[in-house]
Amino acid sequence: MNGLNKQATNAAVWLVLLTMPYWMGAVGGYTELACRILVLGLAAMALNFLLGFTGVLSFGHAAYFGLGAYGAAMTLRYLVPSTPLSIVVGVAVGTLAAAIIGAMIVKLRGVYFAMVTIAFGQVFYFITFRWNSVTGGDDGLTGWKRQALKLGFTTIDILGNDKAFYYTILVLFAVAAGVMALLLRSPFGRTLVAIRENERRARFLGIPVEQHIWLSFVISCLFASLAGTLYALLNNFTDPRALYWGQSGNFVIMAVLGGMRSFWGPLVGAAIFVVLQDYVSTQTENWMSFVGLFFVLVVLFFPRGVLGILRRKAAS
Amino acid sequence: MTQVLVFNVFNGLIVGAFYALMALGLSLILNLSGVINFAHGGFLALGGYLAYTLIPYIGFWGALVVAPFLTAAIGLVVERLLIRRLYGRDPLYSLLLTFGLAYMFEDGTRYIWGATSLPYPVPAILTTPLSTEFFFLTGYRLFMVGLVAVAVASLFVILSRTRLGMRIRAGTLDLETVSVLGVNVRILRNLNFGLGIYLAGLAGVLAAGMLGLAPTIGASLIMPSFVAIIVGGLGSLPGTLLGGLLIGVASGITTVFFPSATEAVMYVMMGLVLLLRPQGLLGEEGRTQ
Repeated sequence: MNGLNKQATNAAVWLVLLTMPYWMGAVGGYTELACRILVLGLAAMALNFLLGFTGVLSFGHAAYFGLGAYGAAMTLRYLVPSTPLSIVVGVAVGTLAAAIIGAMIVKLRGVYFAMVTIAFGQVFYFITFRWNSVTGGDDGLTGWKRQALKLGFTTIDILGNDKAFYYTILVLFAVAAGVMALLLRSPFGRTLVAIRENERRARFLGIPVEQHIWLSFVISCLFASLAGTLYALLNNFTDPRALYWGQSGNFVIMAVLGGMRSFWGPLVGAAIFVVLQDYVSTQTENWMSFVGLFFVLVVLFFPRGVLGILRRKAAS
Repeated sequence: MTQVLVFNVFNGLIVGAFYALMALGLSLILNLSGVINFAHGGFLALGGYLAYTLIPYIGFWGALVVAPFLTAAIGLVVERLLIRRLYGRDPLYSLLLTFGLAYMFEDGTRYIWGATSLPYPVPAILTTPLSTEFFFLTGYRLFMVGLVAVAVASLFVILSRTRLGMRIRAGTLDLETVSVLGVNVRILRNLNFGLGIYLAGLAGVLAAGMLGLAPTIGASLIMPSFVAIIVGGLGSLPGTLLGGLLIGVASGITTVFFPSATEAVMYVMMGLVLLLRPQGLLGEEGRTQ
């Protein structure tokens, strides 16, 4: 029953994602919005690998998201006009930073871990903000565009054709989601859940807890920086706000809103968040208040998230 | 050169005093209730703006006294209505809630008082430089350092000498036992929150006179306060004070030699502390878990 349910959910999610560009216009959206849902959803799912499945509260994922974005943008701007290479560089930069910072903080827990991750996120914000000559400072990095994909036998114009770009993102999203799902199903993933449920017991069983948390952190940041590279490519632009702590908070609220305990939850949360933000920011200048109010309401009334509530209903 | 260096060290000390004042409030709330109050910067901005609004009616000195108390009163209400519900739950939720509050405070101040920064009137008696050689040594800056010192000293007296302070310290160590001994923990946490917010409000009024008022003033001061707590030592208030002053002075010195790294230097310090002494300079071991 449960297995069947899971398969049905998976099928529904993929069906929606595969057809999204075709009905997005009919319900008042646009393809770029669909791309944004996919990209931010990937970031939130990456965060949830750590938050929901390892039980470690990171509030600084925007740093790795933003490093991915700048890695990709600067590769295209200064090095080579190649989209795949820019993605590789962006992911490598973000992952490397996560590996170094992760090693410094794996011993911390709970609120302290959160506080240190928030604070470390700001380093990169200030670097991009201050290093005008290279990063464009506060104005962001412009003067580059994502390049058409040359596959040897054919060329995919992801710059001019937004549907082609959407499906390119979807392929990468599918690979990332698949890898995360496989990891969570492996003994490694089960160990992470064991650490989440009872760290002390896991430690007594001889599990090297710090190593596992470090690895989980790095994997989570790897996919967050992949999302970051795609975000930069999507906008053909990146600015320091991609690394700001506000962005980190948005990722966390997406994960919570959708449901931290479920694999697809963060994607659902991202979809709701992105659509709402898109709508509110066209209606009022004070969208920040509404987003803030939204945070408060979610915490007070939907702490389990949308999928958490649905699952509870189904169980009762 | 020496003059520039002295100027920047002194400047760093003032900025560090702000960080410390704010971080002490954050630390109080974090230690007793396990809540990272992201809205602390918002309360700071609120303190500054309230003082700005009050000045025409009760003057500079009146606003300096009244505004922090008003801010604290708002803090008490926020704790009672919202934050109290989240004690004992995953810290994630209080973090998100105060994060949302921070957004609302920032946008709310922008809505009420406008997005452009406002000049904060300071009495002439405090603005005249005290000596021509050290032109930066205005009365206001000295006054500010003095006032922060008095506030911090009073805080430590309250914590060590009054019944409320002793209960706060005891609750930080073992809240359950304090509760069993007949202390109303709800009221204790409420007052403790108010005390923390009072410090934020005071920092806001002082910062307004020094930096002027802008809606983003809270957001720009909150990160250094986090760093101050981590550098100084988790769970240690003297550590928080030391951390605030240290990163302030370090940024001041860096401004002289490598201006573009002014903000980054405190994060480098944080990284070093985490590597060499994960519990922070004055922190006790075991508090990081």
